[in-house]
Amino acid sequence: MKKMKSFISMMAAAAMLAGTLAGCGNSGADTATTAGESTATEAADGAASGATFKFGSIGPLTGGAAAYGNAVANSIELAVAEINANGGINGYQVECRGEDDELNAEKSVNAYNTLKDWGMQFLIGSTTSACSLAVSENTHEDNMFQLTPSASAADCVAYENVFRVCFSDPNQGLASAQYIGAHKLATKVGVIYDSSDVYSSGIYQTFAQEAPNQGFEVVSAEAFTADSKTDFSVQLQKAKDAGAELLFLPIYYTEASLILTQANTMGYAPTFFGVDGMDGILTVENFDTSLAEGLMLLTPFAADATDDLTVNYVKNYQDKYGETPNQFGADAYDAVYVIKQCLEEAGATPDMSVSDLCESLKSTIVTITASGLTSDTMTWDASGEPNKEPKAVVIKDGAYVSAE
Amino acid sequence: MAEKKRIKSNLITYGIVIGMYLIMEILMRTGNLSSHLKGLLVPMTYYAIIAVALNLCVGILGELSIGHCGFMCIGAFASAIFSKLTQNALPTPIRFFLAFVVGIAVAALFGFLIGIPVLRLKGDYLAIVTLAFGEIIKNVINAIYFGVDSKGAHISLNNVMDLGMEPDGQVIINGAMGVTGTPRDANFTIAIVVLLLALFVVLNLMNSRDGRAIMAVRDNSIAAESAGINVTRYKMMAFTISAAIAGAAGVLFSHNITSLTATSQYFGYNASIMILVYVVLGGIGNIRGSVIAAAILYLLPEMLRGLNTYRMLIYSIVLIVMMLFNWAPAAVDWRNRVKHKFIKRNA
Repeated sequence: MKKMKSFISMMAAAAMLAGTLAGCGNSGADTATTAGESTATEAADGAASGATFKFGSIGPLTGGAAAYGNAVANSIELAVAEINANGGINGYQVECRGEDDELNAEKSVNAYNTLKDWGMQFLIGSTTSACSLAVSENTHEDNMFQLTPSASAADCVAYENVFRVCFSDPNQGLASAQYIGAHKLATKVGVIYDSSDVYSSGIYQTFAQEAPNQGFEVVSAEAFTADSKTDFSVQLQKAKDAGAELLFLPIYYTEASLILTQANTMGYAPTFFGVDGMDGILTVENFDTSLAEGLMLLTPFAADATDDLTVNYVKNYQDKYGETPNQFGADAYDAVYVIKQCLEEAGATPDMSVSDLCESLKSTIVTITASGLTSDTMTWDASGEPNKEPKAVVIKDGAYVSAE
Repeated sequence: MAEKKRIKSNLITYGIVIGMYLIMEILMRTGNLSSHLKGLLVPMTYYAIIAVALNLCVGILGELSIGHCGFMCIGAFASAIFSKLTQNALPTPIRFFLAFVVGIAVAALFGFLIGIPVLRLKGDYLAIVTLAFGEIIKNVINAIYFGVDSKGAHISLNNVMDLGMEPDGQVIINGAMGVTGTPRDANFTIAIVVLLLALFVVLNLMNSRDGRAIMAVRDNSIAAESAGINVTRYKMMAFTISAAIAGAAGVLFSHNITSLTATSQYFGYNASIMILVYVVLGGIGNIRGSVIAAAILYLLPEMLRGLNTYRMLIYSIVLIVMMLFNWAPAAVDWRNRVKHKFIKRNA
């Protein structure tokens, strides 16, 4: 009797498993119709049978970091729509598709494999560092061109097929320290950073290493973690007691807005200095933006800049998605145009194999000079790092203005 | 008779795993498997392994552990450090085998150490302590900076500058950035072999003298004690084996993905609870059920990618349906009725 029961339950389980697998087979075939057969080795076939370039993107579209992933996915969609409206790349239309990784490196690799089945030829992603690092192992194996808009950890571009649009963490730390030193903003500096975050601790490391060379002293370096990011009074008190004249915040804007509010409550008013994660602080809900007056940040992108490109991008983005884009989106938007420029330069066509496209892009990207939202002149070298000038901006009357 | 039945049941369990392996392998060899599914095979297997480990703790030993991902984390980091250190010194098969030994040993050691004070207690203390343990491990690893250079090993809890490394040094654990660049040695075949070994250990333990003692402790520890069973010893034994198997899952984890960070999405208590969900839905004490449930529930959200954000909704509905199907009295009645019909028709 018991045996029978277990037999039936086993059959039921087997049927369910078969169902899920069959379901997968179907959905794979649906999405990969242009890819001929939905097999792994035929990733390149997507190019052979369809006459479109296929851009894939990966990022956290759900969960706590969804704002970043969605900004990237939306901006790519926006840029691709513009390119298609203007006749495509080398006369070919462009398709794009974004997959969710829930900020999980494991899922990011799964997302990459899904996109590969779809017939992706270039990867714009992953949005975040740890995910991008894991995915780069796979793109390297498949020799697929990967241009990450916003993965800033140093190791992300270790492979020669991976390039990035944003500054690396070490670069940001270095640039911030140099800026503070060169402009003699302070001699005693306090830092509050997120020790559980790759981005934040990466910037802090180089910042602290560079500080002695720039003639200022890091008098307090206090960490918080993702599990304790609502109360910063202890860290602020320590910075205040140590006499820090400037508080360096290599963190994202949500936590920074709390720090600014709490510093105000305890009557501590140093100069606040942030990096590109700070962009967006003026859009935080229920945050008194007057507290951000005088906040300085090094960022490649400010949504209220007045050049035509930015104004257009921000307007189109707001019309389509109802939000103000952040620097992640701007980096992704630039990434699409950088690949476009490379493809045009190389005269590439979609029927080339993924590996050939990668080789051609790898050799082209180091020769071009691109201009976009995040910088007027961007060049790359074979290391994968972009060369572009960081812009220092300061918040005045609730708007970003150049700090110079 | 009972012995025969048991052997048959065990063989079915091994048969399911080997059968699935052969089907997947044939599909892969003939090029009929999408790269998406191919990438899911190894993670699916290590989640099945840790589900088996947790089932040993929850189902056989009867102690609730909600920090099993902590042991997985320890196994992952210990083996990743070992592999990084010996990457150029040892050939891959030997290194990977030793990585398993290291990962399993360190996880078992921690399981043993945690068990010493806690398993002597009664009630829900193990659940509380394992929960805390998982979180502590995660936070400690996030704070550790560890590097090796020509002068030996350096360790710091502050930052990477405090290591004072020589220029030729290599930073192995870089705080929150974790361990990067672990060689990708894991593949589906190795993962399945580990799963089979884990099943072999647990299934044989269950039917051994020790296993019966462990189950006696679960069912009534006072009665077991009065029959001369050393309660603490058997509890320790089951818990340490469970931690060791979880460590093996961790070794596969760290050698399947190159960026290993001790963050909550992999090793936090939510992840541990997810494993517990596999165990509960597969049937507490039913090892085969854990393997099947882990495979289905890991694959499901991935298979539903086409539905975008709705997949979370569907996933949770499937969880509820599975729970009702397995446990609700009405569903059990219905299953029995169907089963009777099925038997009658066959008779």
